[in-house]
Amino acid sequence: MNDLVEAIRAGVPGAGVDVVENPGPSAQHALLLAGSTAVAVAEFLRDSQGWDFCSNVTGVDWPARKVREVRKTMQDGKEISESTELDVPGCLEVVYHLYSLKNKLGPLVVRMRTGNRGDDVSVPSLTSVWKSAEFQEREAFDLFGIQFSDHPDLRRILMWDEFEDFPMRKDYVAPDDCEYEPTPHDEILERVNARRGEA
Amino acid sequence: MSSTIDISLGPQHPSTHGVFRMNVTLDGETVTRLQPVFGYLHRNHEKIAESNSWLAAMPYTDRLDYICPLTNNWAYALAVEKLAGIEVAERAEYIRVITAELTRLQNHIAFLGFILGDMGAWGTALMYAFREREKILDLFESLTGARMMCNYMRFGGCRCDLPAGWLEAARQVADGFPAFLDEMEALLTGNEILLARLQGVAPLAADRAINGGMSGPVLRASGVDYDIRKADAYGIYSRFAFRVPRGSVGDCYDRFMIRVLEARESVAILKQAIASIPDGPVVNPKAKQRGLRPPAGEAYGRIEGPKGELGFYLISTGGDRPYRFRIRPPSLINLTLLEELCLGTKIADVMVILGSIDIVLGEVDR
Repeated sequence: MNDLVEAIRAGVPGAGVDVVENPGPSAQHALLLAGSTAVAVAEFLRDSQGWDFCSNVTGVDWPARKVREVRKTMQDGKEISESTELDVPGCLEVVYHLYSLKNKLGPLVVRMRTGNRGDDVSVPSLTSVWKSAEFQEREAFDLFGIQFSDHPDLRRILMWDEFEDFPMRKDYVAPDDCEYEPTPHDEILERVNARRGEA
Repeated sequence: MSSTIDISLGPQHPSTHGVFRMNVTLDGETVTRLQPVFGYLHRNHEKIAESNSWLAAMPYTDRLDYICPLTNNWAYALAVEKLAGIEVAERAEYIRVITAELTRLQNHIAFLGFILGDMGAWGTALMYAFREREKILDLFESLTGARMMCNYMRFGGCRCDLPAGWLEAARQVADGFPAFLDEMEALLTGNEILLARLQGVAPLAADRAINGGMSGPVLRASGVDYDIRKADAYGIYSRFAFRVPRGSVGDCYDRFMIRVLEARESVAILKQAIASIPDGPVVNPKAKQRGLRPPAGEAYGRIEGPKGELGFYLISTGGDRPYRFRIRPPSLINLTLLEELCLGTKIADVMVILGSIDIVLGEVDR
């Protein structure tokens, strides 16, 4: 993986690329690309490194979360643990799984991250590099609200055009007037009653 | 001066293989634009899976490509096994190969019947195919309790052992299958009308197929030598001798014939697997099913499904339910190049081209 990072830095001057470790047993580590150079890096991966097949494209939602970090220090022969809470800002992530049909290798996992989950949710589209990303990027836009700049046809694909929210986000709340609950009950009935009381 | 006409093909149209719509612009009979419309069967399977336990997603996978439940089960089980580092019981590996190849057989013959329907041979060819498919579904029923919604694979193995006499019945189906394929070929592959409708229609070059993410039989019909059973050798496929058929021009005829040839190879794998299956437990006793909590991390697992590369991308944060559950649907991604294939062809060919890709809408829309 580190060889590949070196090769990318040599092949694409100024390329923003890092390695994201995967702690699990599958050990499928990922490359994290900076948006500004992502298309150039993707073209380099396809043309010079043989990653000709973009298999899977999807989004992941990471809401802002707190991580508790525990630090243990020895003081006067006693162990004292201090905990600090770190704020991890939220972001949306796009994940590409690349394979090499030529060299029978893969998967190479490539990720990009947006600035936040609100007003900075744009990443460059890689459809111009791998056509197979077209529908899948549309799906990530549809369900996660990730904007792909320079995508040829960025419309909703599974939800209907008038739909407004992004259902795969972790903080998505299904509307209580949705069609699958024609006779509300339990907590949805409570929500409906509360809303009727307001009106 | 020519004027064009816009037609909405589907969603309730027998040739769209489910609720799938195409907005087509025609100049006379020639297609000048084609825009697929998805989502009629969308139920956000991924969200459902993310709000349930790891095991609870298994029966939902049956309903993706509902023609091929057992391969869907396997793809999900494989991804979870990668994610959690679970070993698979030896006997279960053989059962998985046997059921997966039976699934491939019945998918490919159903494909033959359906594409004949798309060409106007409505029903007859399909009934021949379904007569044979029914024998395989009977095997599934006696093994799993259901013809189509099998819910059979488990993490590290399978749900139950083969019933008495099942292997012998499966062997008989495998032995009888080449005769059926011969019959089908005698009736079909040299037929003049079939040749006229398929040969030279919508050829797909190998480099376009790769860039467009085509997988499975569609990719191989374009002459690309790539079968995940060989490339990844997942499960125990490295133990079996089989060939990977390839097309030469990637037209509809190649996509048709590749299924016939693949079915013959599946029979070869079946015979080897049935002859060499060992005794033993069918599930790894150390593998947790209910209450599984894979360690934090992520994994992408994929198999060579009958329709193409079926993959599952899973992220665990150490919890009792998936943090991210993503299906890589071959049926959807194989439609990426549908417009490219159809431009310039006649409207009647659109049905055949769509049929030659082989989609199931349960998987396209998820």
